[in-house]
Amino acid sequence: MSTPPDARTEILRRVRAAQPAAPVDVPRDYAADDGPAGLALVDLLVDRLEDYKATVRRCAAADLPAILAASLTDVPSVALPPGVPAAWLSLYGGEIARDSGDGLTVADLDAPGVAVVTGCAVAVAQTGTLILDAGPDQGRRLLTLVPDHHVCVVRVDQIVERLPAALRRLADPTRPLTMISGPSATSDIELNRVEGVHGPRRLDVVIVA
Amino acid sequence: MTGTGNVVTPLPFPTAARRELGDQQLRHNLRKATHTIRDKRLRVVGEVSDWEQLRVAGAAIKDDVLARLPDLLEQFEAAATAAGATVHWARDAGEACAVVAGLVRATGTAEVVKVKSMATQEIGLNEALEAVGIQAVETDLAELIVQLADDTPSHILVPAIHYNRSQIRDIFASRMLGVDASSLTDDPPALAEAARRHLRSRFLSTKVGISGANFAIASSGTLAVVESEGNGRMCLTLPETLISVVGIEKLLPSFADLEVFLQLLPRSSTGERMNPYTSLWTGVTPGDGPQTVHIVLVDNGRTDTLADEVGRQALRCIRCSACLNVCPVYERVGGHAYGSVYPGPIGAILSPQMSGEGANRTLPYASTLCGACFDACPVRIDIPQVLVHLRQRGVDDSRGRPSAERTAMRTMSYVMRDRRRYAAALRTARRGAAPLRLVAGRRGALRRVPWPLSAWTSVRDAPLPPKQTFREWWTREHSS
Repeated sequence: MSTPPDARTEILRRVRAAQPAAPVDVPRDYAADDGPAGLALVDLLVDRLEDYKATVRRCAAADLPAILAASLTDVPSVALPPGVPAAWLSLYGGEIARDSGDGLTVADLDAPGVAVVTGCAVAVAQTGTLILDAGPDQGRRLLTLVPDHHVCVVRVDQIVERLPAALRRLADPTRPLTMISGPSATSDIELNRVEGVHGPRRLDVVIVA
Repeated sequence: MTGTGNVVTPLPFPTAARRELGDQQLRHNLRKATHTIRDKRLRVVGEVSDWEQLRVAGAAIKDDVLARLPDLLEQFEAAATAAGATVHWARDAGEACAVVAGLVRATGTAEVVKVKSMATQEIGLNEALEAVGIQAVETDLAELIVQLADDTPSHILVPAIHYNRSQIRDIFASRMLGVDASSLTDDPPALAEAARRHLRSRFLSTKVGISGANFAIASSGTLAVVESEGNGRMCLTLPETLISVVGIEKLLPSFADLEVFLQLLPRSSTGERMNPYTSLWTGVTPGDGPQTVHIVLVDNGRTDTLADEVGRQALRCIRCSACLNVCPVYERVGGHAYGSVYPGPIGAILSPQMSGEGANRTLPYASTLCGACFDACPVRIDIPQVLVHLRQRGVDDSRGRPSAERTAMRTMSYVMRDRRRYAAALRTARRGAAPLRLVAGRRGALRRVPWPLSAWTSVRDAPLPPKQTFREWWTREHSS
């Protein structure tokens, strides 16, 4: 008498038995390459971000500390991933909590009035998407999730037009990835989009030339 | 493996559809919601110049996955395991639920938070967990509405599509613990705020999260969840243990394939250029997110579906629900009429294939074959073709048994095979119909006739034969 096969063996056997034989050729003639980067691309990104209710500011690199300080005037405390340069917040007057060593707790991040300031890995202009790959200036995923206010700094050279180019830019796709397109939202009530559910309800984006 | 769980329709479609059609409010809600989303989808799809190329690529990638499924499954298992995840396999709904229940019990917790997932709906996970004393809290807004109302989902993407804002307000006011019923309005932002407050502490304290996955990358063992509200990120990031239930057809060969599907899915489902949040994770990342990660690969009727040469294209489905939103039948009867967690056109071909026998046989008839679903499908599933194929299969299966329809067709075939027989039959019919012309009046059609022909006239007119045939007219016109 034989024992019944385990689920893995049986499923694989059934897939092999049912499987179509012919190999499939995948045509990839969709647009993958980007047009030239430039001001038009930045404008497109701004348009798409604002369409999804993010607040966008643009500045020169030298003005970043002033712009961030202005964005955070009503914010008593800022959480920072380990790799965000201290210079970014040199003009900010509130408390700064750096996520290093033992790290910030969920309770720290959930406290009222906490904002988080991060960079990003790449931004997609066509869809207004910011991609975070847990790099040093973005940190752990919960940093950009629990606080109610996320300020994301995007360098112009991080902007690409389309998603295919963006995914190719990622150094290591097995790192935890978060793609963010606007503040938290839902379409569950009569299929109309409403901003502000569980993720940060305020998303500010600063685009640095 | 034949599928079990919530893909098996309890009632024949015509019976369930008649019940649902009696609800005028439901039809009003569905019409409003499906038309809103249709317009949005058309607008954002129209923006994409290479949409058709993306559809073709998406369909081909999924066909490629089906052609290489055994290898890709083994590759996925090896990669996910190497990244620190534990991979489990389940043949059907009962086995999948047992695996998940066992994993949750091992953690010693009695409450789990859930990301919206069709796979867990399909296997009936919430009910199975409840039976062993584990409470599963749905965190997607629409799933939460359905769970609080003690109802079942009626749409793939928006399970509470059958409720309007004031009905949702009433459900929250009467069923949501701790909500201030007197001040709660039916303003959508207020309802979203109520859900946020209701779930916040659970997100921050629950030890086990349960999810599905929109995509599973074979080469790296990566899973992806596409969502809007941030409830997904909460469940995927904050708990100590994460259990993901994934259908075996969710695989994509490589990370680069996401560049196609992450363009197709959001525009097709919510009509957005991109959904607010997409999360991707690969096994365990030290210091970031759950440190115990399980993946349950589920068959539940998928290998049965794969075995059908025509029907297997249903496994390309990425659960966007665009076909539901454009379907004239779905718009009128709603999701509950289909009985399965997969309603609408895709459900009409997926549910019968996954679960085989029983009332599901009526689902392929729940369509006008208008073809709108195929045009909307981002992975080009030829739903009308599969519907016709499944109807054919149903007819073939019952060829041995006697039926009035088959007897009528056989008689008709005998009469029509011979020209003289046919002409004689028409003459007889015309003579027989002569006294009825008075009743039929100028319309030339009967509106109601006695049983058994009433089965025909209950939904359509019975036209009387014309006064002369084309051949008779021709002969008369050309005889002189």
